[in-house]
Amino acid sequence: MADLAKPVRIGIEGVSYSLTHVPDLVRYGSKPLRELQARPELKEQLSKRLRNFAAATAYAPHQVYIGNITPEQLAEVAKPWYEKLIEGATPQGRFGDLVDQTQCYALLAGADQFDLVAFEDRWFGEHGARHAIGRAPRLRSGQEIQSLCDKGALPLYDGDAVVGAFEPGHSEDANLVAEVLLENLASKVTAAHSLRLALRALQLQAEDIDFVISCSEEAVGDRYNRGGGNLAKAIAEEVGCVNASGCDTKAFCAGPMYAMVHGASLIQSGIAKKVAVVAGGSLAKLGMKFESHLKKNMPVLEDMLGSFAAILSPAQPNQPSIRLDSVAFHPVGAGASPQAMAEYLAEKPLAKLGMKLTDVDRYGVELHNPEITVPSGSGDVPRTNYLTLAALAVMRGQIQKSQMEDFVRRRGMVGYAPTQGHIPSAIVYLGHALDHLRAGRIRQALLIAKGSLFLGRMTQLSDGCSFLVDRNEA
Amino acid sequence: MQKGKKIIAIGERDGVPGPVIAECLEGAGYEVVFQATECFV
Repeated sequence: MADLAKPVRIGIEGVSYSLTHVPDLVRYGSKPLRELQARPELKEQLSKRLRNFAAATAYAPHQVYIGNITPEQLAEVAKPWYEKLIEGATPQGRFGDLVDQTQCYALLAGADQFDLVAFEDRWFGEHGARHAIGRAPRLRSGQEIQSLCDKGALPLYDGDAVVGAFEPGHSEDANLVAEVLLENLASKVTAAHSLRLALRALQLQAEDIDFVISCSEEAVGDRYNRGGGNLAKAIAEEVGCVNASGCDTKAFCAGPMYAMVHGASLIQSGIAKKVAVVAGGSLAKLGMKFESHLKKNMPVLEDMLGSFAAILSPAQPNQPSIRLDSVAFHPVGAGASPQAMAEYLAEKPLAKLGMKLTDVDRYGVELHNPEITVPSGSGDVPRTNYLTLAALAVMRGQIQKSQMEDFVRRRGMVGYAPTQGHIPSAIVYLGHALDHLRAGRIRQALLIAKGSLFLGRMTQLSDGCSFLVDRNEA
Repeated sequence: MQKGKKIIAIGERDGVPGPVIAECLEGAGYEVVFQATECFV
Protein backbone atom coordinates (compact mmCIF):
# COMPACT_ATOMS: atom_id res chain seq x y z
CA MET A 1 0.00 0.00 0.00
CA ALA A 2 3.04 2.28 0.30
CA ASP A 3 2.87 3.01 -3.43
CA LEU A 4 -0.58 4.57 -3.00
CA ALA A 5 0.93 7.41 -1.01
CA LYS A 6 3.39 8.34 -3.73
CA PRO A 7 1.71 9.46 -6.90
CA VAL A 8 4.20 10.41 -9.60
CA ARG A 9 2.87 13.26 -11.69
CA ILE A 10 4.16 15.09 -14.76
CA GLY A 11 2.38 18.28 -15.72
CA ILE A 12 0.44 18.64 -18.96
CA GLU A 13 0.71 22.34 -19.81
CA GLY A 14 -1.72 22.00 -22.67
CA VAL A 15 -2.58 20.29 -25.92
CA SER A 16 -3.52 21.71 -29.30
CA TYR A 17 -5.33 20.00 -32.12
CA SER A 18 -5.70 20.74 -35.80
CA LEU A 19 -7.59 19.19 -38.69
CA THR A 20 -6.42 19.87 -42.23
CA HIS A 21 -9.08 19.56 -44.92
CA VAL A 22 -7.52 18.14 -48.10
CA PRO A 23 -10.28 16.87 -50.39
CA ASP A 24 -8.02 16.88 -53.45
CA LEU A 25 -5.45 14.69 -51.70
CA VAL A 26 -8.03 11.98 -50.95
CA ARG A 27 -7.14 10.43 -54.31
CA TYR A 28 -3.63 9.79 -52.92
CA GLY A 29 -4.82 7.90 -49.87
CA SER A 30 -3.75 4.26 -50.03
CA LYS A 31 -7.20 2.84 -50.76
CA PRO A 32 -8.36 5.44 -53.31
CA LEU A 33 -4.99 5.34 -55.09
CA ARG A 34 -5.36 1.59 -55.66
CA GLU A 35 -9.06 1.58 -56.44
CA LEU A 36 -8.97 4.55 -58.82
CA GLN A 37 -6.20 2.88 -60.80
CA ALA A 38 -8.23 -0.31 -61.05
CA ARG A 39 -11.53 1.45 -61.72
CA PRO A 40 -11.01 4.93 -63.19
CA GLU A 41 -14.78 5.41 -63.43
CA LEU A 42 -14.81 5.94 -59.64
CA LYS A 43 -12.95 9.26 -60.04
CA GLU A 44 -16.05 11.14 -61.06
CA GLN A 45 -18.14 9.60 -58.28
CA LEU A 46 -15.46 10.46 -55.74
CA SER A 47 -15.11 14.06 -56.88
CA LYS A 48 -18.87 14.57 -56.57
CA ARG A 49 -18.85 13.36 -52.97
CA LEU A 50 -16.00 15.51 -51.67
CA ARG A 51 -16.91 18.20 -49.14
CA ASN A 52 -16.02 21.86 -49.30
CA PHE A 53 -14.24 23.57 -46.40
CA ALA A 54 -17.43 25.16 -45.07
CA ALA A 55 -19.10 21.74 -44.76
CA ALA A 56 -16.00 20.25 -43.13
CA THR A 57 -15.89 23.17 -40.68
CA ALA A 58 -19.55 22.89 -39.72
CA TYR A 59 -19.36 19.09 -39.27
CA ALA A 60 -20.11 18.55 -35.59
CA PRO A 61 -17.38 15.94 -34.85
CA HIS A 62 -14.77 18.39 -36.16
CA GLN A 63 -16.09 21.09 -33.87
CA VAL A 64 -15.64 18.67 -30.95
CA TYR A 65 -12.09 17.95 -32.16
CA ILE A 66 -11.10 21.62 -32.02
CA GLY A 67 -12.90 22.19 -28.72
CA ASN A 68 -15.87 24.32 -29.67
CA ILE A 69 -18.42 21.76 -28.51
CA THR A 70 -18.05 18.89 -26.06
CA PRO A 71 -18.45 15.16 -26.74
CA GLU A 72 -21.51 15.30 -24.47
CA GLN A 73 -23.07 17.97 -26.69
CA LEU A 74 -22.28 15.92 -29.79
CA ALA A 75 -24.29 13.03 -28.36
CA GLU A 76 -27.32 15.34 -28.45
CA VAL A 77 -26.87 16.24 -32.14
CA ALA A 78 -29.18 14.21 -34.38
CA LYS A 79 -27.59 12.04 -37.06
CA PRO A 80 -26.55 12.05 -39.79
CA TRP A 81 -24.09 14.65 -38.58
CA TYR A 82 -23.01 15.42 -42.14
CA GLU A 83 -26.51 16.75 -42.75
CA LYS A 84 -26.98 18.44 -39.36
CA LEU A 85 -24.20 20.96 -39.83
CA ILE A 86 -23.48 23.37 -36.98
CA GLU A 87 -24.77 26.82 -37.83
CA GLY A 88 -22.21 29.58 -37.37
CA ALA A 89 -19.33 27.13 -36.88
CA THR A 90 -15.88 28.64 -37.24
CA PRO A 91 -12.56 27.03 -38.19
CA GLN A 92 -10.99 28.48 -35.04
CA GLY A 93 -11.50 26.51 -31.86
CA ARG A 94 -10.48 26.62 -28.22
CA PHE A 95 -8.07 23.73 -28.81
CA GLY A 96 -6.84 24.66 -32.28
CA ASP A 97 -8.17 25.06 -35.76
CA LEU A 98 -9.23 23.66 -39.10
CA VAL A 99 -6.87 24.36 -41.97
CA ASP A 100 -8.02 24.50 -45.57
CA GLN A 101 -6.29 22.87 -48.52
CA THR A 102 -4.81 26.08 -49.88
CA GLN A 103 -3.05 26.78 -46.60
CA CYS A 104 -1.89 23.16 -46.50
CA TYR A 105 -0.32 23.56 -49.95
CA ALA A 106 1.42 26.72 -48.78
CA LEU A 107 2.73 24.89 -45.72
CA LEU A 108 4.08 22.11 -47.95
CA ALA A 109 5.86 24.66 -50.13
CA GLY A 110 7.33 26.48 -47.14
CA ALA A 111 8.64 23.30 -45.50
CA ASP A 112 10.20 21.74 -48.60
CA GLN A 113 14.01 21.71 -48.35
CA PHE A 114 14.60 19.42 -51.34
CA ASP A 115 12.78 21.10 -54.24
CA LEU A 116 10.06 18.50 -54.26
CA VAL A 117 6.99 20.67 -54.64
CA ALA A 118 6.22 23.44 -57.13
CA PHE A 119 3.07 25.48 -57.67
CA GLU A 120 1.65 27.31 -60.63
CA ASP A 121 2.78 30.91 -60.10
CA ARG A 122 -0.51 32.66 -60.82
CA TRP A 123 -2.56 30.26 -58.67
CA PHE A 124 -0.14 30.58 -55.77
CA GLY A 125 -0.09 34.37 -56.02
CA GLU A 126 -3.88 34.53 -55.88
CA HIS A 127 -4.49 31.84 -53.26
CA GLY A 128 -1.46 30.40 -51.51
CA ALA A 129 0.68 33.49 -50.99
CA ARG A 130 -1.33 34.81 -48.05
CA HIS A 131 -0.52 31.62 -46.14
CA ALA A 132 3.16 31.50 -47.13
CA ILE A 133 5.49 30.61 -44.29
CA GLY A 134 9.08 29.41 -44.20
CA ARG A 135 11.03 28.93 -47.42
CA ALA A 136 10.14 30.74 -50.60
CA PRO A 137 7.86 28.57 -52.74
CA ARG A 138 9.06 27.16 -56.08
CA LEU A 139 6.77 28.78 -58.61
CA ARG A 140 6.44 27.68 -62.22
CA SER A 141 4.24 28.43 -65.20
CA GLY A 142 1.26 26.19 -65.85
CA GLN A 143 3.10 24.68 -68.79
CA GLU A 144 6.12 23.85 -66.63
CA ILE A 145 3.88 22.27 -63.97
CA GLN A 146 2.28 20.10 -66.64
CA SER A 147 5.70 19.17 -67.96
CA LEU A 148 6.81 18.08 -64.46
CA CYS A 149 3.70 15.93 -64.15
CA ASP A 150 4.33 14.40 -67.58
CA LYS A 151 7.78 13.41 -66.31
CA GLY A 152 6.35 11.60 -63.29
CA ALA A 153 5.60 14.25 -60.69
CA LEU A 154 2.36 13.85 -58.75
CA PRO A 155 -0.18 16.48 -59.81
CA LEU A 156 -1.60 18.58 -57.00
CA TYR A 157 -5.18 19.65 -57.67
CA ASP A 158 -7.44 22.49 -56.62
CA GLY A 159 -10.77 21.05 -57.68
CA ASP A 160 -10.36 20.00 -61.30
CA ALA A 161 -7.35 22.22 -61.95
CA VAL A 162 -3.75 21.05 -61.64
CA VAL A 163 -2.06 23.80 -59.62
CA GLY A 164 1.12 22.10 -58.50
CA ALA A 165 3.46 19.16 -58.89
CA PHE A 166 5.21 16.96 -56.33
CA GLU A 167 8.38 15.37 -57.67
CA PRO A 168 10.08 12.15 -56.59
CA GLY A 169 13.18 12.53 -54.43
CA HIS A 170 15.13 9.80 -56.21
CA SER A 171 14.92 8.06 -59.55
CA GLU A 172 15.18 4.49 -58.20
CA ASP A 173 14.42 4.44 -54.47
CA ALA A 174 10.86 3.24 -53.80
CA ASN A 175 11.00 4.96 -50.40
CA LEU A 176 11.53 8.34 -52.02
CA VAL A 177 8.79 8.27 -54.66
CA ALA A 178 6.51 11.30 -54.78
CA GLU A 179 3.57 9.53 -53.08
CA VAL A 180 5.71 8.59 -50.06
CA LEU A 181 7.42 11.96 -49.78
CA LEU A 182 4.08 13.78 -50.02
CA GLU A 183 2.82 11.60 -47.19
CA ASN A 184 5.91 12.37 -45.10
CA LEU A 185 5.92 16.10 -45.81
CA ALA A 186 2.19 16.35 -45.09
CA SER A 187 2.81 14.69 -41.75
CA LYS A 188 5.66 17.10 -41.00
CA VAL A 189 3.75 20.28 -41.80
CA THR A 190 0.53 19.29 -40.02
CA ALA A 191 2.46 18.30 -36.88
CA ALA A 192 4.45 21.54 -37.06
CA HIS A 193 1.23 23.52 -37.38
CA SER A 194 -0.22 21.93 -34.23
CA LEU A 195 3.01 22.57 -32.36
CA ARG A 196 2.93 26.25 -33.36
CA LEU A 197 -0.65 26.41 -32.09
CA ALA A 198 0.32 24.85 -28.77
CA LEU A 199 3.24 27.23 -28.27
CA ARG A 200 1.06 30.22 -29.09
CA ALA A 201 -1.78 29.09 -26.82
CA LEU A 202 0.61 28.58 -23.90
CA GLN A 203 2.60 31.74 -24.63
CA LEU A 204 5.79 29.71 -24.95
CA GLN A 205 8.76 30.35 -27.19
CA ALA A 206 9.94 27.62 -29.56
CA GLU A 207 13.34 27.93 -27.87
CA ASP A 208 11.79 26.75 -24.59
CA ILE A 209 11.31 23.21 -25.86
CA ASP A 210 14.05 20.71 -24.88
CA PHE A 211 12.87 17.68 -26.74
CA VAL A 212 10.29 16.76 -29.37
CA ILE A 213 8.79 13.29 -29.74
CA SER A 214 6.87 12.56 -32.91
CA CYS A 215 4.36 9.73 -32.94
CA SER A 216 3.17 10.36 -36.49
CA GLU A 217 2.27 7.40 -38.69
CA GLU A 218 4.57 7.98 -41.66
CA ALA A 219 7.78 6.06 -42.36
CA VAL A 220 10.57 8.50 -43.22
CA GLY A 221 13.65 6.85 -44.65
CA ASP A 222 15.51 5.61 -47.70
CA ARG A 223 16.06 2.15 -49.19
CA TYR A 224 18.82 1.37 -46.72
CA ASN A 225 16.85 2.51 -43.68
CA ARG A 226 13.15 2.24 -44.45
CA GLY A 227 11.24 3.92 -41.66
CA GLY A 228 14.51 5.29 -40.28
CA GLY A 229 12.53 8.13 -38.82
CA ASN A 230 13.24 11.13 -36.64
CA LEU A 231 10.56 13.21 -38.21
CA ALA A 232 10.49 14.76 -34.73
CA LYS A 233 13.71 16.66 -35.37
CA ALA A 234 12.47 17.88 -38.74
CA ILE A 235 9.31 19.16 -37.02
CA ALA A 236 11.38 20.81 -34.27
CA GLU A 237 13.48 22.56 -36.92
CA GLU A 238 10.40 23.63 -38.86
CA VAL A 239 8.91 25.30 -35.79
CA GLY A 240 12.19 26.89 -34.67
CA CYS A 241 12.82 24.73 -31.60
CA VAL A 242 16.53 25.41 -31.94
CA ASN A 243 17.39 24.10 -28.49
CA ALA A 244 15.58 20.81 -28.97
CA SER A 245 16.46 17.51 -30.44
CA GLY A 246 13.98 14.72 -30.84
CA CYS A 247 13.12 11.23 -31.91
CA ASP A 248 10.10 9.21 -32.96
CA THR A 249 7.99 6.71 -31.07
CA LYS A 250 6.23 4.05 -33.12
CA ALA A 251 3.63 1.60 -31.86
CA PHE A 252 0.90 1.62 -34.50
CA CYS A 253 -2.12 3.51 -33.17
CA ALA A 254 -0.85 3.34 -29.58
CA GLY A 255 2.19 5.46 -30.55
CA PRO A 256 0.94 8.73 -29.01
CA MET A 257 0.32 7.14 -25.62
CA TYR A 258 3.84 5.65 -25.55
CA ALA A 259 5.19 9.01 -26.71
CA MET A 260 3.45 10.73 -23.79
CA VAL A 261 4.90 8.17 -21.37
CA HIS A 262 8.38 8.57 -22.84
CA GLY A 263 8.12 12.35 -22.72
CA ALA A 264 6.92 12.30 -19.12
CA SER A 265 9.73 9.90 -18.22
CA LEU A 266 12.35 12.22 -19.72
CA ILE A 267 11.04 14.94 -17.42
CA GLN A 268 10.79 12.67 -14.38
CA SER A 269 14.41 11.60 -14.93
CA GLY A 270 15.57 15.19 -15.26
CA ILE A 271 16.83 14.71 -18.81
CA ALA A 272 14.42 17.30 -20.20
CA LYS A 273 12.38 20.10 -18.69
CA LYS A 274 9.87 20.80 -21.45
CA VAL A 275 8.86 18.14 -23.96
CA ALA A 276 6.60 18.46 -26.96
CA VAL A 277 4.76 15.31 -28.04
CA VAL A 278 3.49 15.80 -31.59
CA ALA A 279 1.86 13.93 -34.44
CA GLY A 280 1.00 14.90 -37.97
CA GLY A 281 -1.75 13.55 -40.15
CA SER A 282 -1.84 10.23 -41.97
CA LEU A 283 -2.30 10.85 -45.69
CA ALA A 284 -2.38 7.10 -46.38
CA LYS A 285 -5.64 6.81 -44.45
CA LEU A 286 -7.50 9.44 -46.49
CA GLY A 287 -10.53 7.91 -48.17
CA MET A 288 -9.89 4.53 -46.54
CA LYS A 289 -13.64 3.75 -46.55
CA PHE A 290 -14.61 5.92 -49.48
CA GLU A 291 -16.30 3.11 -51.38
CA SER A 292 -18.75 2.51 -48.52
CA HIS A 293 -19.46 6.22 -48.33
CA LEU A 294 -20.14 6.33 -52.08
CA LYS A 295 -22.46 3.33 -51.84
CA LYS A 296 -24.41 5.02 -49.05
CA ASN A 297 -24.59 8.32 -50.98
CA MET A 298 -22.72 10.03 -48.18
CA PRO A 299 -19.97 12.62 -48.40
CA VAL A 300 -16.50 11.07 -48.34
CA LEU A 301 -15.79 11.85 -44.70
CA GLU A 302 -12.14 10.78 -44.59
CA ASP A 303 -10.84 14.02 -46.08
CA MET A 304 -9.06 15.31 -42.96
CA LEU A 305 -5.48 15.06 -41.72
CA GLY A 306 -5.50 15.09 -37.92
CA SER A 307 -2.65 16.43 -35.82
CA PHE A 308 -1.91 17.36 -32.23
CA ALA A 309 0.83 18.70 -29.97
CA ALA A 310 1.01 18.33 -26.19
CA ILE A 311 3.49 20.13 -23.95
CA LEU A 312 4.78 18.35 -20.85
CA SER A 313 6.82 19.76 -17.96
CA PRO A 314 7.30 19.20 -14.21
CA ALA A 315 3.93 19.16 -12.43
CA GLN A 316 2.67 22.39 -10.91
CA PRO A 317 0.07 22.59 -8.14
CA ASN A 318 -3.50 22.08 -9.42
CA GLN A 319 -2.26 21.44 -12.95
CA PRO A 320 -3.68 18.51 -14.93
CA SER A 321 -1.06 15.81 -15.03
CA ILE A 322 -0.11 12.35 -16.16
CA ARG A 323 0.09 9.83 -13.33
CA LEU A 324 3.30 8.03 -14.27
CA ASP A 325 2.61 5.52 -11.50
CA SER A 326 -0.58 4.53 -13.35
CA VAL A 327 1.06 3.71 -16.68
CA ALA A 328 0.23 0.26 -18.01
CA PHE A 329 1.41 -1.67 -21.03
CA HIS A 330 -0.05 -4.76 -22.62
CA PRO A 331 2.50 -7.53 -21.90
CA VAL A 332 3.37 -10.22 -24.45
CA GLY A 333 1.92 -12.98 -22.31
CA ALA A 334 -1.43 -11.30 -21.76
CA GLY A 335 -3.22 -12.60 -24.86
CA ALA A 336 -4.93 -10.43 -27.43
CA SER A 337 -8.58 -10.73 -26.47
CA PRO A 338 -10.48 -7.52 -25.69
CA GLN A 339 -11.02 -8.83 -22.16
CA ALA A 340 -7.29 -9.29 -21.62
CA MET A 341 -6.74 -5.77 -22.96
CA ALA A 342 -9.27 -4.37 -20.50
CA GLU A 343 -7.73 -6.30 -17.63
CA TYR A 344 -4.18 -5.22 -18.30
CA LEU A 345 -4.86 -1.65 -19.42
CA ALA A 346 -7.64 -0.75 -16.97
CA GLU A 347 -8.34 -3.18 -14.15
CA LYS A 348 -4.79 -4.01 -13.07
CA PRO A 349 -3.30 -0.49 -13.18
CA LEU A 350 -6.34 0.86 -11.36
CA ALA A 351 -6.03 -1.83 -8.70
CA LYS A 352 -2.41 -0.71 -8.23
CA LEU A 353 -3.78 2.73 -7.35
CA GLY A 354 -6.44 1.28 -5.07
CA MET A 355 -9.22 1.98 -7.58
CA LYS A 356 -11.98 -0.05 -9.21
CA LEU A 357 -13.29 0.31 -12.74
CA THR A 358 -16.23 2.24 -11.34
CA ASP A 359 -13.94 4.77 -9.63
CA VAL A 360 -12.90 6.28 -12.96
CA ASP A 361 -15.01 9.28 -13.93
CA ARG A 362 -14.28 9.09 -17.66
CA TYR A 363 -12.54 6.69 -20.02
CA GLY A 364 -10.92 7.87 -23.23
CA VAL A 365 -10.71 4.90 -25.59
CA GLU A 366 -10.60 4.42 -29.37
CA LEU A 367 -12.73 7.41 -30.30
CA HIS A 368 -13.31 6.82 -33.99
CA ASN A 369 -16.27 8.69 -35.42
CA PRO A 370 -18.95 5.98 -35.90
CA GLU A 371 -20.47 7.87 -38.81
CA ILE A 372 -17.30 7.01 -40.75
CA THR A 373 -16.95 3.38 -39.63
CA VAL A 374 -20.52 2.05 -39.35
CA PRO A 375 -21.36 2.35 -43.09
CA SER A 376 -18.44 0.07 -43.95
CA GLY A 377 -19.45 -2.55 -41.41
CA SER A 378 -16.66 -1.71 -38.97
CA GLY A 379 -19.12 -0.95 -36.21
CA ASP A 380 -19.16 1.69 -33.48
CA VAL A 381 -15.63 1.21 -32.17
CA PRO A 382 -15.84 3.41 -29.05
CA ARG A 383 -19.08 1.79 -27.97
CA THR A 384 -17.57 -1.69 -28.36
CA ASN A 385 -14.63 -0.64 -26.20
CA TYR A 386 -16.86 0.89 -23.52
CA LEU A 387 -19.08 -2.18 -23.43
CA THR A 388 -15.99 -4.35 -22.91
CA LEU A 389 -15.01 -2.26 -19.88
CA ALA A 390 -18.60 -2.39 -18.60
CA ALA A 391 -18.72 -6.17 -19.07
CA LEU A 392 -15.51 -6.53 -17.08
CA ALA A 393 -17.05 -4.42 -14.31
CA VAL A 394 -20.03 -6.82 -14.31
CA MET A 395 -17.72 -9.86 -14.14
CA ARG A 396 -15.96 -8.32 -11.16
CA GLY A 397 -19.24 -7.58 -9.40
CA GLN A 398 -18.74 -3.82 -9.52
CA ILE A 399 -21.99 -3.20 -11.42
CA GLN A 400 -25.05 -5.23 -12.37
CA LYS A 401 -25.52 -6.36 -15.96
CA SER A 402 -28.52 -4.05 -16.15
CA GLN A 403 -26.20 -1.12 -15.38
CA MET A 404 -23.91 -1.62 -18.39
CA GLU A 405 -25.60 1.04 -20.51
CA ASP A 406 -25.43 3.46 -17.60
CA PHE A 407 -21.69 2.71 -17.24
CA VAL A 408 -21.17 3.47 -20.94
CA ARG A 409 -23.22 6.67 -20.81
CA ARG A 410 -21.66 8.04 -17.61
CA ARG A 411 -18.04 7.06 -18.18
CA GLY A 412 -17.84 7.02 -21.96
CA MET A 413 -18.60 9.29 -24.89
CA VAL A 414 -19.45 9.18 -28.57
CA GLY A 415 -16.57 8.95 -31.01
CA TYR A 416 -15.64 12.09 -32.90
CA ALA A 417 -12.16 11.55 -34.36
CA PRO A 418 -11.45 11.02 -38.05
CA THR A 419 -10.10 7.54 -38.79
CA GLN A 420 -6.48 8.67 -38.67
CA GLY A 421 -5.24 5.70 -36.64
CA HIS A 422 -3.00 7.24 -34.00
CA ILE A 423 -5.19 10.31 -33.46
CA PRO A 424 -8.44 8.59 -32.34
CA SER A 425 -6.57 6.28 -29.99
CA ALA A 426 -7.41 8.03 -26.73
CA ILE A 427 -5.08 11.01 -27.25
CA VAL A 428 -7.86 12.90 -29.04
CA TYR A 429 -9.73 13.12 -25.73
CA LEU A 430 -6.88 14.76 -23.82
CA GLY A 431 -8.03 18.31 -24.64
CA HIS A 432 -11.53 17.79 -23.28
CA ALA A 433 -10.11 15.81 -20.35
CA LEU A 434 -7.90 18.77 -19.39
CA ASP A 435 -10.91 21.09 -19.65
CA HIS A 436 -13.04 18.83 -17.47
CA LEU A 437 -10.25 18.41 -14.91
CA ARG A 438 -9.66 22.16 -14.66
CA ALA A 439 -13.40 22.77 -14.26
CA GLY A 440 -13.69 20.03 -11.65
CA ARG A 441 -16.25 18.18 -13.76
CA ILE A 442 -14.22 14.99 -13.49
CA ARG A 443 -11.65 13.91 -10.92
CA GLN A 444 -9.67 11.79 -13.36
CA ALA A 445 -9.77 10.09 -16.75
CA LEU A 446 -8.15 6.88 -17.89
CA LEU A 447 -6.84 7.00 -21.45
CA ILE A 448 -6.52 3.61 -23.17
CA ALA A 449 -5.04 3.09 -26.64
CA LYS A 450 -4.59 -0.03 -28.71
CA GLY A 451 -2.22 -0.85 -31.54
CA SER A 452 -2.73 -3.46 -34.27
CA LEU A 453 0.79 -4.82 -34.43
CA PHE A 454 -0.31 -7.84 -36.46
CA LEU A 455 -0.83 -5.60 -39.50
CA GLY A 456 2.95 -5.47 -39.95
CA ARG A 457 3.17 -9.27 -40.18
CA MET A 458 5.88 -9.57 -37.54
CA THR A 459 3.68 -10.81 -34.70
CA GLN A 460 0.10 -11.90 -34.20
CA LEU A 461 -0.05 -9.69 -31.12
CA SER A 462 -2.03 -6.56 -30.49
CA ASP A 463 -0.69 -3.93 -28.16
CA GLY A 464 -1.89 -1.26 -25.82
CA CYS A 465 -0.89 1.47 -23.40
CA SER A 466 -2.86 3.40 -20.80
CA PHE A 467 -2.44 6.06 -18.15
CA LEU A 468 -4.52 8.11 -15.79
CA VAL A 469 -4.71 11.90 -15.98
CA ASP A 470 -5.80 13.88 -12.93
CA ARG A 471 -5.25 17.22 -11.29
CA ASN A 472 -2.18 17.68 -9.14
CA GLU A 473 -3.77 18.46 -5.82
CA ALA A 474 -0.65 17.47 -3.90
CA MET B 1 -19.92 -33.42 -39.24
CA GLN B 2 -17.40 -30.64 -39.04
CA LYS B 3 -14.42 -32.99 -39.24
CA GLY B 4 -12.27 -32.13 -42.21
CA LYS B 5 -14.26 -29.03 -43.14
CA LYS B 6 -11.97 -26.25 -44.24
CA ILE B 7 -12.25 -22.86 -42.57
CA ILE B 8 -10.89 -19.39 -43.19
CA ALA B 9 -11.03 -17.43 -39.92
CA ILE B 10 -10.84 -13.63 -40.01
CA GLY B 11 -10.78 -12.03 -36.59
CA GLU B 12 -10.93 -8.40 -35.54
CA ARG B 13 -8.81 -6.37 -33.17
CA ASP B 14 -11.73 -4.95 -31.17
CA GLY B 15 -13.67 -8.22 -31.34
CA VAL B 16 -12.36 -11.77 -31.42
CA PRO B 17 -8.80 -12.15 -32.77
CA GLY B 18 -8.11 -14.64 -35.57
CA PRO B 19 -5.95 -17.08 -33.54
CA VAL B 20 -8.72 -17.40 -30.93
CA ILE B 21 -11.32 -18.25 -33.58
CA ALA B 22 -8.88 -20.72 -35.13
CA GLU B 23 -8.19 -22.42 -31.80
CA CYS B 24 -11.90 -22.84 -31.07
CA LEU B 25 -12.66 -24.20 -34.52
CA GLU B 26 -9.71 -26.60 -34.53
CA GLY B 27 -10.88 -27.87 -31.15
CA ALA B 28 -14.26 -28.58 -32.75
CA GLY B 29 -12.65 -30.57 -35.55
CA TYR B 30 -12.47 -28.02 -38.34
CA GLU B 31 -9.36 -27.58 -40.45
CA VAL B 32 -8.31 -23.94 -40.39
CA VAL B 33 -6.52 -23.28 -43.67
CA PHE B 34 -5.94 -19.59 -43.01
CA GLN B 35 -6.47 -17.23 -40.13
CA ALA B 36 -5.76 -13.56 -39.74
CA THR B 37 -6.65 -10.67 -37.51
CA GLU B 38 -7.65 -7.42 -39.15
CA CYS B 39 -8.05 -3.90 -37.88
CA PHE B 40 -10.98 -2.18 -39.54
CA VAL B 41 -10.10 1.30 -38.41
